[in-house]
Amino acid sequence: MNDVFKPRVIIQKLNVFYEGRHVLKDVTVNIPENQITAIIGPSGCGKTTLLKSLNRLVDLADGVRFSGKVLVDGANIFDNGTDITEIRKRMGLISQTPNPLPMSIYDNVAYGPRIHGTKNKEELNQIVKQCLQAAGLWNEVKNRLGEPASKLSIGQQQRLCLARALAVKPEVLLCDEPTSALDPVSAEHIETQLATLKKDYTIVFVTHILRQAKRIADYVIFLYLGEVIEQGKAETFFTKPKDPRTQAYIEGKSITRTEV
Amino acid sequence: MLVVTIFSGLIVFGMAFALFYKAWPILSTHPIGELLLSSSWRPTRGEFGLYPFIMGTLWVTILAMVLATPLCLLTSVYLAEYAPSRVRGIIKPMIDLLAGIPSVVYGMWGVLLVVPLIRDYVAPLVGATTTGYSVLAGGIVLAIMVFPIIISVSEEVIRAVPHEIREASFALGATKWQTVKHVVLRSSFPGIIAATILGFSRAFGETMAVLMVVGNVSKAPSSLFAPAYPLPALIANNYGEMLSVPLYDSALLLSALILLLVVLFFNVMARIVLSKIKKGFAIG
Amino acid sequence: MDKRKLEENFFKGLMMASTFIVVGSLFAVFAVVVWKGAPALNLSMITQTPKGGYYLGKEGGILNAIVGSLYLAGEATALAFVLSLPIALYLHEYAGNKMASFIRLSLDVSAGVPSIVYGAVCFTIMLSLRMRASLLWGIITVALFILPIMTRAMDEVVSMVPFKLKEASYALGATKLETMLKVVSKQALPGILTAVLLAFGRGIGDAASVLFTAGFTDSIPVSLFDPAATLPLAVFFQLGTPTPEVQQRAYASGVILLILVLSFSVASRLLTRKFSKFVVR
Repeated sequence: MNDVFKPRVIIQKLNVFYEGRHVLKDVTVNIPENQITAIIGPSGCGKTTLLKSLNRLVDLADGVRFSGKVLVDGANIFDNGTDITEIRKRMGLISQTPNPLPMSIYDNVAYGPRIHGTKNKEELNQIVKQCLQAAGLWNEVKNRLGEPASKLSIGQQQRLCLARALAVKPEVLLCDEPTSALDPVSAEHIETQLATLKKDYTIVFVTHILRQAKRIADYVIFLYLGEVIEQGKAETFFTKPKDPRTQAYIEGKSITRTEV
Repeated sequence: MLVVTIFSGLIVFGMAFALFYKAWPILSTHPIGELLLSSSWRPTRGEFGLYPFIMGTLWVTILAMVLATPLCLLTSVYLAEYAPSRVRGIIKPMIDLLAGIPSVVYGMWGVLLVVPLIRDYVAPLVGATTTGYSVLAGGIVLAIMVFPIIISVSEEVIRAVPHEIREASFALGATKWQTVKHVVLRSSFPGIIAATILGFSRAFGETMAVLMVVGNVSKAPSSLFAPAYPLPALIANNYGEMLSVPLYDSALLLSALILLLVVLFFNVMARIVLSKIKKGFAIG
Repeated sequence: MDKRKLEENFFKGLMMASTFIVVGSLFAVFAVVVWKGAPALNLSMITQTPKGGYYLGKEGGILNAIVGSLYLAGEATALAFVLSLPIALYLHEYAGNKMASFIRLSLDVSAGVPSIVYGAVCFTIMLSLRMRASLLWGIITVALFILPIMTRAMDEVVSMVPFKLKEASYALGATKLETMLKVVSKQALPGILTAVLLAFGRGIGDAASVLFTAGFTDSIPVSLFDPAATLPLAVFFQLGTPTPEVQQRAYASGVILLILVLSFSVASRLLTRKFSKFVVR
C-alpha cells in the first residue's frame, strides 16, 4: 500500500456541455497511479460523462462542447493536434452493459491489437491468452475460443470486455458501473480482478453502490450535479467526510436538505 | 375486413395457380427440359425453347447487379455513416425520386442516351460493333432502376447496428473506417445481402425499360454488346399473337409463371432474413 | 497510423464518388428526357386527342392518353384504397400475430411481383370471361398491382401510431372499431395520404400491367367498357414508329408523364405537411 500519491491523470477545470446543458462544472481532480479510484454520486450527476471525457468518447455525442484540460504525462488530451485513437488506446473502457463485438471470443480480444497493426499469429495468441487470464476468464473459454462471444453468460461477457480492453495495453482502465448488470457472483469476480490489476494499471471506476466503493477503492471522488464536492483517500473519506453533503450521501440521506 | 385481408394474402397464390393452370397444356406436352434448355423458338412449328430468353434475362440482370451492388454499398455506407445529416436529408429523397420514375421514361432515356453512347463511344473503344441495343444498355438502365431499393434497405440496416458495439470499437482506439469495416459492415452483412436480393428480384422482372434498349433478338447473348431478349420482353412483345398459334399462350404464360416463381423465391428469402434481423436487434 | 488514415481517405473518396454517380444518374435521366422532350411540347399536345394520321405526323395531341391515364389510375387507386385501409387497420388491430406476419410477408412478396405478371394474369382471366381490353380491366389490373404496395405503406404508418392515443380512446369507453376509425385514422392521416399518392404514382406510370388489359385508342373513354389509352403506352407506341416527328412527340409525352408523376410525388410531401395539423407528436 503506497502512501506516495503520484497522479496519473490530472484534470483541471474540466467543463462539459451537452447541447447547452452544463454537465460537468470546473472539475479539478488528480487520479492516483496504480490505485483504484472510485467516482461516486447520485445518478445523472455526470459520472459517466467524466469517465468518457478521459478517453474522449464524449466526442461522439452530438452537440458536445468542452473546456479545460486533462493532462496525461504532461500532455493535454484535448489539444487540437492529439491523436484520439492513441488516447483511447491508452485508456481502456469497460461499459456498464457488456458489449461484445459480433465476433468470436478470440477475435473480440484480438480486435484491439489487430487494428493497431499487430498481425503476427503467435503474438496475437499470446496476447489473447494473457488477457483472458488477467480477466479471470481463460479457464472457462480456453477450449472454445472460436465460439461467438454472444454465447457467453453476461458475467463472462463482462470479463471478456475486460480482457479485450487489456489487450491494447492501456495505462488506465476506465470502468463505468462494471458490475451493475451482473449477478453477485460475477460481480465479485470482476472486483477481484480489478483489485489484482491495480499493480499494473491505474483504475478509475464509477459506481452507485457505496459498499462496492468501500470494498475496493483506494481513493474516492464524490460528484454531485456535475461538481466535485469532495475527494480523498478511501479510509478517511468514508469515516470522516468533510462536506455535509458527502456525509448525507454516505448515510443514504437526501442531500438537498443539508445545503451548506 | 377479415375476408378482404385473407384475400389480399392469397393474391400471390391465386396468380401462381392461374398461371400454372394456363401453362399446363404446354407443360404436359413438352418435357420441361426441352422448354428450358432448347434454343429453338419457333412457335408456328410448335417449338418453344425458352433458353435464349432465360439467358437474356440472366445476362442483363446479373450485369445490372454487378454494376449496382458496389455503387449501392458504397453509397449506403456513406449515407449511413459519414454524411452529415443535412446532406443525407437532401440525398435520400433524391434517391427515392429515382424510384418514382416510370419505366417507360427510363426506357426512353436509355434509347436517347445509353444506346447511342454504347454504339458510338464504348464499343469502338474495345473494337466491337453494335447497334447499341445490347445487354450492356439493358444492364446500365436496370442498374439505375434498382439503386433506390438496394440503397434504402441497406442504409436502414446499417443504421440499425447498435450504438454500443460501435462505441466498444472506438473505445479500443479504432478509427471510424476500421469500425465501419470490421464491426458495422460485419454486423449488417445479412441485411445488405437481403437488400441486394430484393434488387435482383426487381431487376429480374422489369419489363418496359429493358425491352426498349435491349434489342429483342431471340438468340442467347454472346457478349455484352450483343442484343438479348429477356423473358418479360418476350411476354410483352407477343401477347397479341398469343391466341393465333396453338400453345403459344401456354408458352408465354409459362414464362410468366417462371418469372413469378423466381421472384417469389428470392423475395421470400430476403424478407425472412430482414425480419429476423429486425427481431434480433429488438432483443439484443 | 498514416496507413490507416490513407485507407480511410481512399474509401471515403470512393464512397463520395459513388454517391455522386448515383445522384448524378438521377440528374442525367431528368436532363436528357427534358432536353429532348421539351422542344416538342406544345399546348395542342395536352389539349387535343389524336386526329387522323396523328401517328404519321399530322395534328392532334395525347389528351386521350392523359385523360385515360388519369381515369384509370385514379379509379384504380380509389378501388385499392377502399380495400387497403380496412386491411391495414385489421392487420394492426385484430389479426393474430402469426396470421399478421404471414399476410405481411405475402403482401411484401406481392409488391415485388413484376407488373407484367399482373398484366398476364388479368389478361388471361379477362379472356376466359370473354371480355375485351377496356378501362375496366385496366383498372382491375392496376388496382391489384398497387394494392400490396399501398397496404404495406399504410400498415407501416398505422403501426407508428403511439399506443397512448389508443389507450386514451379506450379509457373513454370507445370500442375498437370506433378507435380505429376516429382516432387512429386521423393520427395516421398524413401517412395514409402519402401511401395513396405513392401508389397512384406507381399506377399511373406503369405500362406492363395495362399493356394487355386496357387496350389503346385515340378517343377518350366514355364508359368502363371502352378501351383506354394510357400515357406510358402512348410514349411506348410513339417511340416505336419510324417517323421522326412522332418520335419527337414520344419524347414530349415522356416529359409530360415524368412531370405528372413527379409533381404527385412533391404534392404528396406538401399535402402531408398540411394534414399533419392534428397529428400528435
